[in-house]
Amino acid sequence: MGRYFAIRIGRAALTIVLVVTFAFVVLRLSGDPALMILGPEAPPEVLAAFRKAWGLDDPIWFQYLDYFGAIAKGELGRSMRDGRPAIELVLERIPATLALTLPAFAFKIALGIPAGIYAALHRGSAIDRVVMMTAVAGFTVPSFVLALLLVLVFAVQLGWLPSGGQDSWRHAILPIATLSLGGAAVLARFTRSAMLEVLGQPYIRTASAKGVPWRKVVTSHALPNAAIPTVTILGFMVGTLIAGAVVVESVFSWPGVGRLLVVAVANRDLAVVQCILLLVAMTMVTSNLIVDFLYGFLDPRLRAKEGHA
Amino acid sequence: MSPPLVEASAISRSYAMRSGMFGRSTAVHAVDGVSLAIAKGETLGLVGESGSGKSTTGRIVLGLEPPDRGEVRFQGKPMAAPGTTAWRAQRARMQMIFQDPLGALDRRLPVGTQIREPLDIHGVGTPAEREERVRELLRAVELTPAHGTRYPGALSGGQRQRIVLARALATKPDFLVCDEPVSALDVSIQAQVVNLLADLQAQLSLTLLFISHDLRVVRQISNVVAVMYLGRIVEIGSADDLFARPEHPYTQALVSASPAPGRRSAGRIVLSGDPPNPAARPQGCAFHPRCPRAVARCASEVPILAAVGGNRQVACHLVMGAATRDAA
Amino acid sequence: MPQLISIAGLSVAFSGVPVLRGVDLALQKGEALGLVGESGSGKSVTWLAALGLLPRHAQVSGSVRLDGREILGAPAPELDQVRGGRVAMIFQDPASALNPVLTIRKQLCEALALHRDLQGNAVKAEARRLLDLVGIPDAGRRLEAYPHEFSGGQIQRIMIAMALAGNPDLLIADEPTTALDATIQAQILELLSTVRRELGMAMVLISHDLGVVAENCDRVAVMYAGRIVEEAPSNQLFADPVHPYAQGLIGALPPLDGPRRRLTAIPGTVPDPAHMPSGCAFAPRCTLAAEPCGLSAPSLAPIADGRAVACIRAEASRRALLGIAAE
Repeated sequence: MGRYFAIRIGRAALTIVLVVTFAFVVLRLSGDPALMILGPEAPPEVLAAFRKAWGLDDPIWFQYLDYFGAIAKGELGRSMRDGRPAIELVLERIPATLALTLPAFAFKIALGIPAGIYAALHRGSAIDRVVMMTAVAGFTVPSFVLALLLVLVFAVQLGWLPSGGQDSWRHAILPIATLSLGGAAVLARFTRSAMLEVLGQPYIRTASAKGVPWRKVVTSHALPNAAIPTVTILGFMVGTLIAGAVVVESVFSWPGVGRLLVVAVANRDLAVVQCILLLVAMTMVTSNLIVDFLYGFLDPRLRAKEGHA
Repeated sequence: MSPPLVEASAISRSYAMRSGMFGRSTAVHAVDGVSLAIAKGETLGLVGESGSGKSTTGRIVLGLEPPDRGEVRFQGKPMAAPGTTAWRAQRARMQMIFQDPLGALDRRLPVGTQIREPLDIHGVGTPAEREERVRELLRAVELTPAHGTRYPGALSGGQRQRIVLARALATKPDFLVCDEPVSALDVSIQAQVVNLLADLQAQLSLTLLFISHDLRVVRQISNVVAVMYLGRIVEIGSADDLFARPEHPYTQALVSASPAPGRRSAGRIVLSGDPPNPAARPQGCAFHPRCPRAVARCASEVPILAAVGGNRQVACHLVMGAATRDAA
Repeated sequence: MPQLISIAGLSVAFSGVPVLRGVDLALQKGEALGLVGESGSGKSVTWLAALGLLPRHAQVSGSVRLDGREILGAPAPELDQVRGGRVAMIFQDPASALNPVLTIRKQLCEALALHRDLQGNAVKAEARRLLDLVGIPDAGRRLEAYPHEFSGGQIQRIMIAMALAGNPDLLIADEPTTALDATIQAQILELLSTVRRELGMAMVLISHDLGVVAENCDRVAVMYAGRIVEEAPSNQLFADPVHPYAQGLIGALPPLDGPRRRLTAIPGTVPDPAHMPSGCAFAPRCTLAAEPCGLSAPSLAPIADGRAVACIRAEASRRALLGIAAE
C-alpha cells in the first residue's frame, strides 16, 4: 500500500515538473517579455537593463535551472510587471475564484447526479429524454456562449442581474449558473450511463431474483457500483476548482485566478504564469490522488491488488 | 504411417505472472515438455480444461509464440525465426481459427473483403483471380457469393465461423489450428460446422490440430486425441478407443463428467477441488491432489508419458503398462 | 397430484417482436424438469417472465399460477415474497452473478433477512451453515470475502447457498454449469441433486446441453423458437424422440464411444423472431415438412402417457425414426 502511493506521488511530482517545464519553454519561445512589458518603443538600453534585471540575458538553460533552484527553495519569483511576489498575486485572487467554483461544484453534484440516476431508472421516458437533451445541450454549448446567452437574457433583456463585476452576491449568480449548468450536464450524462451499465449487470438480476425490493436493489446494489466511474469525473471537477473558470471569469470580468492568468500570459509575466500553472498542476495531481484513494475505498477488487504490495 | 507434417518435441513455455499490482512475479509453466506429431491429412485433438495449456500449445505449434525450450518442425524443417521472409512464407501455409468469430472479424468490412485480405497481403494472382477465389471459398464453406457482400453483424454465429474458415483457407494452407472453433455455437449449428470441417479436410487433405474442451466434438473430428492437464499431456491415443477405455484417472474423470443422454449420473466420478491453477503447480504428478487413486509416490515423482500397448501412452504411476516399463 | 406451478399460454414480446409464443408448462412438488433448446428458443425468458424479472418494456401475457394463485402481474411486494422465498433462481455467468462491491456475508444475509424470521447472530450462523452445506471450506472466514476472491465453481456454490436461503419450493437453474470446466460442472450438478434430494425441492434445469438435462431431470421439455415442441420423461425422450427437431438435436450430438458416424446436422438456422415463418416454425429446416406444416402452428398434443408433441407429422416422424433405426 505504501509503495503504491509512493509511486503515485513520484509520478505526480514528475507531472508537475513537466507542466512547469512546458510552460517555461512555450512562454520563452513565443516572445520577449521585455518587449511585451515595456513596449516596442522603449529605448534599447532600457530593454537591456530590464533583461539584465530579470536574468533574461542569461543562457536559457541557466534561466531554467535557476528557476527550478528557486522553486526548490520555495521562491516562485516576482511579477515582472509590478515586482510583487508572484505567489502573493495569485493567492489574493484565489478566494474570488473559489467563491464561484465551490458553489458551482455543489450545484453540479446536486443537479447532475440525481438527474442522471433518474434518467437511467426511467430510461426512454419523457423525463429521460428531456434530461438527456438538456445534458447534450449543456455539454456541447461552449461556456462562453452559455455565459453570453445568460447575460443576454437575464442582464440585457430582463435586467434582473448585473452582467459583470464583483460588487455583490448578485454578481456571482450568472457566473455560478454558467459553471454549474455545463458541469451538471457532464455529470448527468456520466451518471446516467454508469447507472445503465450497472443496471444491465447480471448481479442486479440476481438481487431481484432474491426478492430484494426494487428501491433497495437501486440503493444498495446499483448505486455503490455506479459510484465508481462517477468518482472519476468528480475528481476531474475538483481539479478544475482553481483554474476551471478562466473563460467565465473573463466574460463576467470577475477578478479571479483565471483572469489573472489571461492577463499574465498576454504580458509574458513569466513568474505569475508559472506560479498559476504550478498551482493548477498541484490541484489536478492532488485530486487524482484522492480519486485513486476513493477507488480503493469503493472497489474491493482494487483494494485487494494494493494489499499485495 | 507417413512422416509427420508437424512435429513438436518437448516444447515448454512459461510466463512471468505477478500476483497483484506489485507482487512477486512467479513463473507459470503454461506448457511443460509437450511432444506431439501430426501426420499429413490427419487430425490431432487436444482436450483439457482451462489452464491446461492447450491453447498455448496451439500457438507455439503455429509459430505465433516461440517455445522457451524444445522445437517445432514443419515438413521436417525447423520453424523460421518470427518476422523473417521464410517465416511469413511458412505462416501462409498454416492458419488458425478461434472460438469467437465475431472477435476475429472486422465489423466494418464486408466479409468478402476480409476473405480476400490474405490474398492481397501475399499478392496472390490478379485482382480478378482473387475475386474468383473469394467466390470459390464462399462456396467451399457452403455459403453463396451474396454472403460476401454482408457485414459480420448481419450473419449468424455459424455463418461467421464459416467466413473465418474461408479466410483461413484462402492461402491454401496445409495445416490448420482450430481453437474451440464450435464451442460458441448451438448444437445443431455445431454439427454443421464439424461436418463441413471434416469434408474440407478430406477434399483439401488438410492437417488439423483441433483444440476443445468438448470430448465429443474432439473425438468426432480427430484421429488421435491428447489429454492435457496443467501443461502436460497425460494421455494420448487413438480417438476410437481413448474415451471408450480411458486409462489415466483424469481422463476417466473427464469422460465420466461428460453427460450422456440416456444415462443417469449413477457411478459418476466427481473430482474434488478447484480447477488446476498453473501458478501453483503441485509437486510430483500435477493431478495427484485431485486423483481418487493417488499413492505416496504420486506426490513426489513426476510420471513420464509411456506406452501402455496399442498406440496408447499414459503418464501415470498406477497404470499397468507404465509401471511394468519402469520396473524393467 | 396438485401442481406446484403451472404456466399457461405464456407469451413475451420485446418491442412487438414475439420471443415466447404461448408456453404451457406445469411442475409438481419435488419434480426435476429439464428445459432444453438452442439460444433464443425462449427457455430462460419463460422463467424470467414468470417471475417478473424481464425489463419493463417486455410485453408479457398469459398465466403463471403458484399453488393455484396467479403471480403474473402480481403487485411488487407479493412478487418479492415469491422471488427468493418460494421460487429461487441461479444463473449462468459466475463472474458477474454476484455484486462485486459487497461481501458474501452481506449478499447472503440479505436473502436471509428477506425470507426468514431470523434475528442478530442467528442470521450470520445460518449464513455460515449454508456455506458449509454447499461445500465452501472455512465458511466463517470466507463470509467476509468479496466475490472476486472465489473461483467460478465456488461462486456457483455461493449462488446455490443464496438460493437456498429462503427455503424455496422451486429452484430455477439457468445454465448453471455452462461457463464451468467439465470436472467443476460435475461437482455443481452433484451438489444440485444432493440438495434437491435432501430438501425435497423441485427444480427446473435450463440447459443447451442434452446430456446435462438427461442425467439430472425426470422430465424434459424441448423448446424451439419460443414454443415447447416436445415434452417427455427424459429416458423416453432420448431413446425415442418424436419431434423432428428433438430427433435432430440428438442426432447432432457426437457420440462419445462406439463407431463414429457423420453427424446428422439440422440444416439452416433458427428463424429470426422478427420474421417467423407462418405455421410450424421448424418447417423450413424439417426434412419431414409437408404442405400443411406451413398453414398453422401445431399445438402441443398428448401422444402417450406423459408425452406430448407439437407436430402434425409426428406419426410420419415416428415411422422415419423406426426406418433409421432399422437400417
